[in-house]
Amino acid sequence: MDLLSNLGMGFSVASSFANLGFCLIGVLLGTLIGVLPGIGATATIAMLLPITFQLEPVSSLIMLAGIYYGAQYGGSTTAILINMPGESSSAVTAIDGYQMARKGRAGTALATAALGSFFAGSVATFLVAIFAPPLTAIALEFGAAEYFSLMVLGLVMSVALAHGTVPKALAMVVLGLLLGIVGTDVYTGTPRFTLGITQFSDGLNFVALAVGVFGIAEILRNLEDEHERQVMTRNINSLFPNRDELRQIIGPVLRGTGVGSILGILPGGGAILASFASYTIEKKLSKHPEEFGHGAIAGVAGPESANNAGAQTSFIPLLTLGIPANPVMALMIGAMIIQGIVPGPSVVTDQPELFWGIIASMWIGNLMLVVLNLPLIGLWVKLLTVPYFVLFPIIMAMCSIGVYSVNSNVYDLFAVAFFGLLGYVLSKLRFEPAPLLLGFVLGPLLEENLRRAMILSRGDPTTFVTRPISAGLLVLALAVLVLVFLPQIRRRREEVFTESEG
Amino acid sequence: MATKPRDDTDMIAGLLLMAAAAFFGWQTTGLEVGTSLRMGPGYFPMLLSGLLFLLGVWVFLKSFGREGEPTGPIAWRGILFILPAPVFFGLTVRGLGFVPALFLTSLIASQASVKMRPLPALVLAVLVTIISTLIFSYGLGLPFRRFGPWLDF
Repeated sequence: MDLLSNLGMGFSVASSFANLGFCLIGVLLGTLIGVLPGIGATATIAMLLPITFQLEPVSSLIMLAGIYYGAQYGGSTTAILINMPGESSSAVTAIDGYQMARKGRAGTALATAALGSFFAGSVATFLVAIFAPPLTAIALEFGAAEYFSLMVLGLVMSVALAHGTVPKALAMVVLGLLLGIVGTDVYTGTPRFTLGITQFSDGLNFVALAVGVFGIAEILRNLEDEHERQVMTRNINSLFPNRDELRQIIGPVLRGTGVGSILGILPGGGAILASFASYTIEKKLSKHPEEFGHGAIAGVAGPESANNAGAQTSFIPLLTLGIPANPVMALMIGAMIIQGIVPGPSVVTDQPELFWGIIASMWIGNLMLVVLNLPLIGLWVKLLTVPYFVLFPIIMAMCSIGVYSVNSNVYDLFAVAFFGLLGYVLSKLRFEPAPLLLGFVLGPLLEENLRRAMILSRGDPTTFVTRPISAGLLVLALAVLVLVFLPQIRRRREEVFTESEG
Repeated sequence: MATKPRDDTDMIAGLLLMAAAAFFGWQTTGLEVGTSLRMGPGYFPMLLSGLLFLLGVWVFLKSFGREGEPTGPIAWRGILFILPAPVFFGLTVRGLGFVPALFLTSLIASQASVKMRPLPALVLAVLVTIISTLIFSYGLGLPFRRFGPWLDF
């Protein structure tokens, strides 16, 4: 069977001594930074991204995937222990996880999160292995018009799933697209928006933007108000859930995995939606819905599984189409491009070892998380007690070195400062940065495919609606936009996001 | 005195968007727009600038007639010390070299917190410099000059 031999090849790539090592380092570093309060997976990856550039493509992506899982796990840990989710996807975990911690069941909550994530991750990895290759075959049929429409759909979805009002999220997408255009026009060689600075003729550095908007803006936000944090460290009970608790979490974990796997494929940040959806389902199905919000174990197990499954399956659009489903995947695309890999359907056929190696490393990364992090929880908890003012100078030093090491371009460091300020101002004005990053990554691709499609159709814009796949994608995008503006849905959407912030 | 409710955050946000759109629009004026068949380098940016401006107007108009939430404190000290840190690193890494540039960068960044005392800041900066030099310069072999030409006598 093809699948098995391919997976076998993947595992032989991923389990080479060096790659296992990189995966391990990635998981550890990811957890280390992810555990820092208020810093979510996106910021963590943005900061650690430059470290991976010196490696070979496969190793670097394996390490990045490791960082991703580590960061997510670290985020759940802070959500449970100090009620400070770094990302909206772990905001749901904080609701019941923190309550469990307050009742002295922090260990159980952490172990439940880890076990649920591991199970969901394993299932979802298999789904990626099964569904990615056939989808690639479809993707190869895609022309410029289809790519354009698909990206429009992705951007619209990211707007629908962003915090804040819809026009503001749309504005972020457009601003991101404009920032993505900075550089030399590929068709005519004309410099655009470079302000005469030749160092920007290759475009703004993606790493500088990500580190600035996600990393540095985050540090500034944490410096606003330097109050003491209360860490639930005094009474961490035994880690492993007992038999009764295990029985309680099986259902939520299974359902969470299913919901997460499906929603994760959606472009625009399905993993966030997945954890909310799972929480709602568990609350509806529970015999004791009143326990939710007061430390219900199902409220940790379900969303955490859904979240992780979604995180995993969001690799499907990335690996098959080269379209990022969320900011983290946008970072992955950036990393692939810097490594000289063009993300898209050709990766499977041209570089099967890379493709299957990454898939296998997903599972290995998840395994490492469970094996390593459960015993290491004590260490992470200690890390939470390290004062913040010691941590951020270290982070700043790492960011500076990292951004500079990408191209040895001094202007990239100026760009970091600028985007740090921009990110902070945007967050103060309650703009969500995620659509901005997606727009930035997709901007050049979107323009190129638009222009190519128009040339191919001899200037006839109906090409986007007469080609069936393209038309279908645009209709879907339109439907999402209409839905977002419907009054009931808008109210519901705002409720969901307020809940997550509470 | 009863003033009409207004969401100041959104009003500023809308104005900022319009300003950004105006800036990008102004920058596209020199670019050839072309036709929809053969789009010039200015076509897509022009479209986006126009769209951004409209969104800015929308956000601005929506800010009237409802109450906004307070923005909370602003991290002035953070802005003052965090943002210059990478800029300083950029200006000095070639001249001073990796080691002194990084040391001073960490020292600047550490001042962003009111809780950081001078001695711990110094110790932290020294540690960060030593460890980073070992990892990035010796370990990963990044091609940085450890001490730059400004320090040659």
